[in-house]
Amino acid sequence: MKTPVVSLCVLIAGVLLVHACAATDSALSPASLPEKQAAFVTSGGRATVFDNSKDAFSHRIPNPGLDHRTQFFTGESLFDQNWVAAPSSTLARDGLGPLFNARSCAACHGKDGRSNPFLSETEPDQALLVRLSAASQNPQLEQLPHAVLGGQLQPFALPLLKGEGSLKINWKTVTGSYADGTSYRLTEPVFTLPFIAEQGLDMPLFSVRQSPQVIGLGLLAQIPESMLLGQSDPEDRDQDGISGRPNRVWDVAQQKNVLGRFGWKANQPNLQQQVAGAFHGDLGITTSLFPLEDVTEAQSAINNIAYDGPVPNGMQGSDPELPDRLLERVTFYIANLAVPARRHAERETVKKGEALFTQLACQKCHTPRYTLDSSGGKDTIAPYSDLLLHDMGPALADHRPDFEATGQEWRTPPLWGIGLIETVNGHTRFLHDGRARNLTEAVLWHGGEAQASQQAFSVLSAEERQYLIEFLESL
Amino acid sequence: MFKRSLMAFSLSLLLCASCQSSVNNTSTPAVPAPGVSAAPSTPDIEMLKTQFLQNYAQNVYLNYTDAHTHAVDLQTAVNAFIANPDATTLANAKSAWLEARVPYSQSEGYRFYDGPIDTEDGPEGQLNAWPMDEVYVDYVQGQPNAGIINQAEAYPTIDAALLKQLNESGGDKNISTGYHAIEFLLWGQDLTVDAGAGERSFTDYTIAANADRRSTYLKVATDLLVNDLKTLVDAWAPEQVNYRQSLLAMDTSTALGKVLKGIGTLSASELSAERMATPLDIGDREEEHSCFSDNTRDDILHNAQSIRNVLTGQYAVTGSDTVHEGTGLFALMEVADPELALRLKASSEKSLMLTQAIQSPFDQEIRPENEAGKARVLAAIQELQAQGRLIVEAGQVLGIQVNTDL
Repeated sequence: MKTPVVSLCVLIAGVLLVHACAATDSALSPASLPEKQAAFVTSGGRATVFDNSKDAFSHRIPNPGLDHRTQFFTGESLFDQNWVAAPSSTLARDGLGPLFNARSCAACHGKDGRSNPFLSETEPDQALLVRLSAASQNPQLEQLPHAVLGGQLQPFALPLLKGEGSLKINWKTVTGSYADGTSYRLTEPVFTLPFIAEQGLDMPLFSVRQSPQVIGLGLLAQIPESMLLGQSDPEDRDQDGISGRPNRVWDVAQQKNVLGRFGWKANQPNLQQQVAGAFHGDLGITTSLFPLEDVTEAQSAINNIAYDGPVPNGMQGSDPELPDRLLERVTFYIANLAVPARRHAERETVKKGEALFTQLACQKCHTPRYTLDSSGGKDTIAPYSDLLLHDMGPALADHRPDFEATGQEWRTPPLWGIGLIETVNGHTRFLHDGRARNLTEAVLWHGGEAQASQQAFSVLSAEERQYLIEFLESL
Repeated sequence: MFKRSLMAFSLSLLLCASCQSSVNNTSTPAVPAPGVSAAPSTPDIEMLKTQFLQNYAQNVYLNYTDAHTHAVDLQTAVNAFIANPDATTLANAKSAWLEARVPYSQSEGYRFYDGPIDTEDGPEGQLNAWPMDEVYVDYVQGQPNAGIINQAEAYPTIDAALLKQLNESGGDKNISTGYHAIEFLLWGQDLTVDAGAGERSFTDYTIAANADRRSTYLKVATDLLVNDLKTLVDAWAPEQVNYRQSLLAMDTSTALGKVLKGIGTLSASELSAERMATPLDIGDREEEHSCFSDNTRDDILHNAQSIRNVLTGQYAVTGSDTVHEGTGLFALMEVADPELALRLKASSEKSLMLTQAIQSPFDQEIRPENEAGKARVLAAIQELQAQGRLIVEAGQVLGIQVNTDL
């Protein structure tokens, strides 16, 4: 049962090794740079690519092997192309639904980035996910799904079936001011699920989340657990106001709780489970990890879908709909998306911003770098995250626990690539629910353990604030 | 003698390229006298680039015109079929569809650089998206009442606006228009395990449930296809304020970069990886673009031809003896780097030959137990990828970075 995870790590290590001795086949490789860099620009180490266009997130970690290329492209094809309803002629592409959020992974992770979470002021895009649950947890500390709606809101359904209803958004204005007297206005979303009351359902705990960019995930998977745990300080023994807690989450393959690394609350232990979970919940595609359609018994009755059967109502594709070999391909794809290099790292303003980042203690959670010991030799990556949970204060709270994460805790999101979201996806929506309209607002929303840093930011001069933002934009 | 001076020239070009395609070339070789067809001894590379781009634009125009003309023929055949559905009119419509694929598949080398076909609002997703969501459009085996066609209450009027609105989004919409939707409506699901395409009967358009709505859908989808192709013809028509004009007004490196990205991406990624290696890897027999008609092998062949057309500068009009000739990438590379030009020519010929060697139908060729068939597909994949790398190399020689990832 352990094999998939282990083999993935070996695979990635192998990839890095091959790349290290590979001839540079394109100008995207770092070898064309001067040997000594004043600033650290290769955010992904040897898995860095040099492209600041809208394709910046879509590059394969350089590797000359035809097999590597084929596996990557198969994974990419399954990630990018729309899935269709079963039964279809294209058997490898069917099995969508019965309920779903999107027809492809790329619908929400456009260009391997984050699609705009809002269709309009009041309407969510499909890329805005709503996690749902009952108030209680199972013995593995997983939130129990909502009795009728399951673990997430799925607004869409196959023809002739009913979707689950939709999220409504209203906005409140929150005002504040910097120490220099300049005032600012933030917009706070007020999310509601009006259909719940209309249908007489129990109100679930719910948490609204946008889809993150999917670059460099294979590198995050490689950071040794000891390095992550070494940063945790649950009791805040060093009294710096910052705890940093690991989430311990259910590993379906291993059937036990392990360290969580991925997702807004670090609720996924590894990439394969992350991918399988997304196929299951977001697309309605079954895998060996999640073999049953994401439809509750109550919904089966409403929609007249056979519950628990392998082929409900003829709407299921093969069993499972995404076989292990193809799940591995998509996981391989996700693990092998390269990280774009930083831009303008050498500029004085950016360097000043970098110094301020440290001065404001941002790096206490947004851990800049890790040196990994891969079989290709040491390699330094710069994700700017400790992958740990932090209390971010009441303003950002979703009030929905997720394994050991409380309703006020969030995982530090990696910052690599954030300066390219606008280029790749045409928007600058940040934080878990996309409330921040730009990076400055994202900083200003920080509370809880990050309150001191937020306050330190607010006393900076306008010029200094700009430096910090320019630094963030260089990532 | 001749060869040496040419090499010296290309060396100096390389030097020039490496110091970025700066301003104009300082050396201004004489313009070759008219009628001299061999490579001039002092060729003007900048002039060749311009000639190449002008010929490229003209061939794109001819190619889309060809695709449009054949789509109009398809439209005529579809209208005749709908007016009088029988086995003969259905067979005629199918033949017209197959014929229409020939020029369209050759146009796919003009994708991947935000040109008219696939800008944000470009018609590609409406013309040629895949895989087709069958049950979204019509009945399928086991679901006799499925699809837009059979849901008169939900979709009372089938018209262009509806199909445009329902086509291809990641949410509650999906692929419902384009060549493959028309293909599905003509052939039906390919449920055969052995060789053989879909076997939809003309009675789907006479006595079957919702026959009139199916006819309307087919007509509307075909009309939409014709209109979309017309926008591409217009975008590339000469002497208009359109994309062609803006491409030819760009600095030559930018424009060349787009052209090379188009054919390079088709060769190295879209055709060889997405359309050939992925099906081989996945191993499902209907993992093919024209799965209803079993035309996939010819789609592949004409995609390979699409790349070759840009390399040779030729375009052969479908179903005619007319071949338009002009400056291709070969001619440009013969001056820029004769040795690379030779390798590119060899690879192009080989990739076309290996693609031709793939047997039809493609779904039988990629069957897991068909070792010979899989080997033929793999050989073509490898050569197309090699050709893609040579196109990247050609870009480097010309001082242009070409990224062929999808």
